[in-house]
Amino acid sequence: MATTTTANGIPAAKRLRAIGPPVWLWGVIVLLALLPVVGGKTGLISNYGFLQLSLMIVYAIAVLGLILLTGFNGQISLGHGAFFAVGAYTAAVLIDQASWPYWATLPVAAAVCFVVGYLFGLPALRLEGHYLALATFALAVAVPQFLKYRHFEWFTNGVQGINIFKPDPPFGLPLSADQWMYLVVLAVAIFMFWLARNLLDSRTGRAMMAIRDHAMAASTMGVNVAHYKTVVFGISALYTGVAGALHAIIFEFVSPDSFRFELSIAILVGAVVGGIASLPGAVVGGVFVQVIEKYADALTKQITSAVHLPIDLEPWTIYGIALIALMYTMPMGIAGGLALLWRRLRGS
Amino acid sequence: MEQLIQQVASGLANGAIYACLALALVMIFVSTDHINFAQGELAMFSAFLVWQMLEWGASFWIALPAVALCSFLIGVGIERIILRPLHNAPILSVVVVFIGLLAIFHSLAGAIWGYTIKEFPSPFPNISFVGSGYIGPHQIGMIAVTLLLLVFLFAFFRFTPLGLAMRAAAQNPVSARLAGVRVDWMLALGWGLAAAIGAVAGTLVAPAVYLEPNMMASILLYGFAGALVGGISSPGGAVAGGFIVGVLENLVAYLGNLLEKTSGIYIIGNGEKLTVALIIVITVLTLKPSGLFGHVTVKRV
Amino acid sequence: MAALLEVEGLKAFYGQTQALHGVSFSLQAGGITTLLGANGAGKTTTLRAICNMVRTQGAIRLDGQPIGGMATEEVVRKGVGHVPEGRGTFTNLSVEENLRVAALTRRDRQAVGRDLDMVFEYFPILKERVHQQAGTLSGGEQQMLAISRALMLSPRLMLLDEPSFGLAPLIVREIFRIMRRINEEAKVSMLLVEQNAALALELADHAYVLETGRVVMSGKASDVKNDEAIRKSYLGY
Repeated sequence: MATTTTANGIPAAKRLRAIGPPVWLWGVIVLLALLPVVGGKTGLISNYGFLQLSLMIVYAIAVLGLILLTGFNGQISLGHGAFFAVGAYTAAVLIDQASWPYWATLPVAAAVCFVVGYLFGLPALRLEGHYLALATFALAVAVPQFLKYRHFEWFTNGVQGINIFKPDPPFGLPLSADQWMYLVVLAVAIFMFWLARNLLDSRTGRAMMAIRDHAMAASTMGVNVAHYKTVVFGISALYTGVAGALHAIIFEFVSPDSFRFELSIAILVGAVVGGIASLPGAVVGGVFVQVIEKYADALTKQITSAVHLPIDLEPWTIYGIALIALMYTMPMGIAGGLALLWRRLRGS
Repeated sequence: MEQLIQQVASGLANGAIYACLALALVMIFVSTDHINFAQGELAMFSAFLVWQMLEWGASFWIALPAVALCSFLIGVGIERIILRPLHNAPILSVVVVFIGLLAIFHSLAGAIWGYTIKEFPSPFPNISFVGSGYIGPHQIGMIAVTLLLLVFLFAFFRFTPLGLAMRAAAQNPVSARLAGVRVDWMLALGWGLAAAIGAVAGTLVAPAVYLEPNMMASILLYGFAGALVGGISSPGGAVAGGFIVGVLENLVAYLGNLLEKTSGIYIIGNGEKLTVALIIVITVLTLKPSGLFGHVTVKRV
Repeated sequence: MAALLEVEGLKAFYGQTQALHGVSFSLQAGGITTLLGANGAGKTTTLRAICNMVRTQGAIRLDGQPIGGMATEEVVRKGVGHVPEGRGTFTNLSVEENLRVAALTRRDRQAVGRDLDMVFEYFPILKERVHQQAGTLSGGEQQMLAISRALMLSPRLMLLDEPSFGLAPLIVREIFRIMRRINEEAKVSMLLVEQNAALALELADHAYVLETGRVVMSGKASDVKNDEAIRKSYLGY
């Protein structure tokens, strides 16, 4: 690509990057988009399989939200499950009570969660490190009770939760509902990751990271720390909230006890395991969260029978041991570890 | 009026447990600058150990000290073996390790003893006494043991050489090393003590809430709230905070119930206790992050 | 007779940055030696390296015994008292507790009591403030406390890192006078790092000059003090 400069001196090639992902990534995206055609028609991937893939992508978006806040802005959150829940319930209530179409609920969930996140970001301004971790942890623990609150029952339906239905593909496309939602989720994810990439490459992104690295220094250089921190909290909540809305749609059910503090922990662990300050890390993290949820039991049974222990090991025990081992061997997360490996292999 | 006294008394009893947990949390925070998210599960695991010894026929006042010692050793082991290599790691990595420990202890308890709730006998004799209309013998026992524990710890830290060494190591590890204090072992000791205190807390609360692996999850949150309210850098403050949170949560629920009974309006009740804890946490952190009794650390550039 | 302290080819690193590039010197028992040099020359780093507070390479020997690589608190227990830059006061402990912390490793209770008396004799103001919270002491008092804390270890060698820093000249003279007394009466050898070269050369017997992590000059303090050429080029006055 010829590096012709434009009027304001930015080479054309660089400008193009601001528009879209690099070439090889386009290839991956096209492949992923074709999966329903390839996998579905040949029966390679079942509907259940597409559901699993969709969930992985949904969690990747959720983890991305946390990564924007923690990895790129330095604010720890142990309570992102709360925003996931808000997004999920927003979508569910709109679909169930107001008969909104599913796609229209996404922008609303985004807006609502941004506001909630921003509002939480205000008191969070005064907290750092451990204190913020504790405050957000308290948020996470209190969510189910909050959702069961008597005065909200008229729209949350209380403990029973809300049942909704996956939408059918539009325009009579020859896809199953699961395949269609997979494409929807994929499209939303690509869009949101692209937005995130551009955000991080912009002045705002640099301000975010400056605040993460040394807030005091950033403020002396004219960065309005309070403004950025609260806005980033809002954006982070927005991302995780959209993920929650998508989750509600494809899972077809929300209830207070689906959003216990384990969810917040899972998102955090996914982010750290994936790579806390890395966009690819969010993808790895999302896959990790879903894999753990689905396959922890099966994996554990395999390990238990292989090692012949006198007691029935539980999935959580293996999970705990694996977490600790990961923190020792790959403190920068799997994405970080792979990046390191890649650099070593290339000899740089 | 009688109801109110009952609520306050029972709040104090619960508060005793929160105070113990808050104390354990503060001990680890002050010496290592980390928040032990696994504190609740460690305490629960210890309670199960006591239960097991009781099942094997041991008397309570042998089982508890034995398990406290065992928990002490487990705490020391965790600090020396698992946390030692991570002392330069970023905060998040350590938080994830704590979560890992949480998961391990929680599920180990479930794997070994199962998830059905178990009755846990109270070690305190069921005699009636003045005021037993307001408060039960076990609750008095909880408060008494907690206060005894506190007096012992206060004396230990104030008057013994080892206590002084631990305080020095926690306040200024570099200077402590220059004074010949083996700081690493002081950290391990801090962990051991915190684990032992947690064991006592878990054992005391088990008769009241029934023994099962999920026992400590919400209690831990109250412990955090207590530590934050009192000031996470102040042991005495944390204890006071624990009692305050205990009484407050009961009072709020009581007032809410009263309101409902008299006017039919339901704002808040027993189902919202955790939410109350959350609101307490957020309020304290927003208005006075260092807690009621903690000191503000000024950040130098 | 082996030197009390021998340092050979000492390199020290802060992370990836190398601060000392092969420092060598030795210190005989009995006197006061001073390490001089400009800002960033590596004086404080040398003291820290001796106590293994930074990553080091090279040989360090105390009375012929190698101590490089030993944990800081173990080096201290071997008889090295380090009075750090910034005093290192335990601000939330009382003056008495500050002193007692350093005495924890000693067995002989009576000797500890005698040393406490000795410390109060050198620094009577500390006795006055014995139960006061150490953080409320003035800069000069905290420096006296820091020196006393090192003394309570009953050390053979005392390392002092810029004791004059931030103190009024009158107080500094007082403290330096007492340091000379401690050296002569309690027989504690001293290695003194100072930016204030004039003051240090008045007190010390022997001097080393450091420049960007290397020893560039060594000699008797009186020689260095009187040699104008050396003073001008290395010490700037």
